[in-house]
Amino acid sequence: MTARLIALLLAPLVLAACSGRTPLDAHAADAPRAAAPAAKAPATTAFTPPAESEIPAGPYGDMVRLGREIFLHTRKAAPAYVGNGLNCVNCHLDAGRLADSAPLWGAYGMYPQYRKKNHHVNSYGERLQGCFTYSMNGKAPPLDDPVIVALETYSYWMAQGAPLGTKLEGAGYPSVPRPAKAPDYARGQSVFGRDCALCHGAQGQGQKVAGTYVFPPLWGPDSFNWGAGMHELDKAAAFIKANMPLSRGGMLSDQDAWDVAMFMDAHERPQDPRYHGDLAATRKAYHDTPMSLYGTRVNGRLLGARPAQ
Amino acid sequence: MGGLRMRGRGWEGVVAGLWLALAWASPANAATAQTLVNRGNERGAPPCQSCHGAGGRGQAAAGFPRLAGLDAGYLRRQLDDYAKGTRSNAVMQPVAQALSPDERDGVAMYYARLPVPVKAMVTKPADGPGADARGATLATRGRWSAQVPACEQCHGPGGVGVGANFPPLAGQPAAYIEAQLKAWQQGTRRNDPLGLMQHLSRALSAQDIAAVAQWFAAQSPVGRSVGK
Repeated sequence: MTARLIALLLAPLVLAACSGRTPLDAHAADAPRAAAPAAKAPATTAFTPPAESEIPAGPYGDMVRLGREIFLHTRKAAPAYVGNGLNCVNCHLDAGRLADSAPLWGAYGMYPQYRKKNHHVNSYGERLQGCFTYSMNGKAPPLDDPVIVALETYSYWMAQGAPLGTKLEGAGYPSVPRPAKAPDYARGQSVFGRDCALCHGAQGQGQKVAGTYVFPPLWGPDSFNWGAGMHELDKAAAFIKANMPLSRGGMLSDQDAWDVAMFMDAHERPQDPRYHGDLAATRKAYHDTPMSLYGTRVNGRLLGARPAQ
Repeated sequence: MGGLRMRGRGWEGVVAGLWLALAWASPANAATAQTLVNRGNERGAPPCQSCHGAGGRGQAAAGFPRLAGLDAGYLRRQLDDYAKGTRSNAVMQPVAQALSPDERDGVAMYYARLPVPVKAMVTKPADGPGADARGATLATRGRWSAQVPACEQCHGPGGVGVGANFPPLAGQPAAYIEAQLKAWQQGTRRNDPLGLMQHLSRALSAQDIAAVAQWFAAQSPVGRSVGK
């Protein structure tokens, strides 16, 4: 039953895969495991953000620095709006500067933008609010709150000189070709044990030092909620493939990235804040895509039915 | 099964439990480790403290690392890896080979239980402010253009260490940290999980290595808070 449902949900992936990459890609990354040379050359992009040493003195520069501080230490610097153990930098590496890690310079110039997620044109500030509501499992700061103003200022500073309304190379996470085999929980579990548990812990719980997470929790009460983009398989696979494990981005095969994304996203996490008592209705309204496992049954567990809290 | 369970609840079970508890708490293990630390063993292992110092504090000038307060699993694995040669060191390899598996366990647990020395061998960076800035940047922000994360991202804030796989760098002798980074680079140390250190060390120059080693040597081994 479970396997059939998953197969059904992911059938489009498999179909798409037939037209594209060969299955040979799946294990291409196995070879460079132990002590191999760079699996991925440093990203070259059309845009390079200014160096941090160029943040000017004065009130404007102070706001840029505050934004960077919030970005790096979100829970500590914006406690009123954060409801989990994550920081912005967990999913946007190098303080939001790194290409292929959804850099701020790649996002800033793309707003205002119509988003299917909420069916209206979103300002950049509203987009940032969404991060707090879902990825940080917290509360959206008001648009004129210093937290939003600082993050906007930091993004604006980083994007200076970038063209408006143009999707830059290195923006977002590079999508990973659909794998030859539909993503699989058991295979994902073994990828997780081999390449992820070292840092994120055997139960995906992350690791703390003195009460603060050093490695972020991937599911459970301190992770992102069911409304966050990272709960969708394609986004998670894309982030993982390009960026994980830290310093070894590009190491995993496409198949491994999809499998382990599926494994991660088949665990309970905090409830989607748009849920009002009806799981099926919430799925239909917000998660009606094979990329979301919310409201589906995996290994006998109905995901979203007993959210972590 | 039922009978066994009954007996376990009877006074014979209590006596057996007491014996177990006594055996568990017996100083045999600790004494062995203490002896190894102070005197070594008859198979040629020298006393650990002759290099690693009293209380496992290390010796900065000679580049001998602190062992006090390090994770027991980490220490045990290093001894095994010295013995196997996946971590090669002319001094430590014969020492590790002269220790039985039980003795390796014993000394690993002995040092893991020792308190982290608060003021031990925290040294100021010797070079000018430029070197310090380079070290600080690598340690706290990394060099992502070359896929090098901040050292702190795995070794914890200020390099205090995280779990059994990411040992503390804070307050370790600069000469030790430098030697390790070079050993990763050259492949004489290759016991890192996922090849993380061998891989990223290749992106570092000799100046990078010296700067980051000095920065961590100057950090407090008992840590600081995250953020500013």
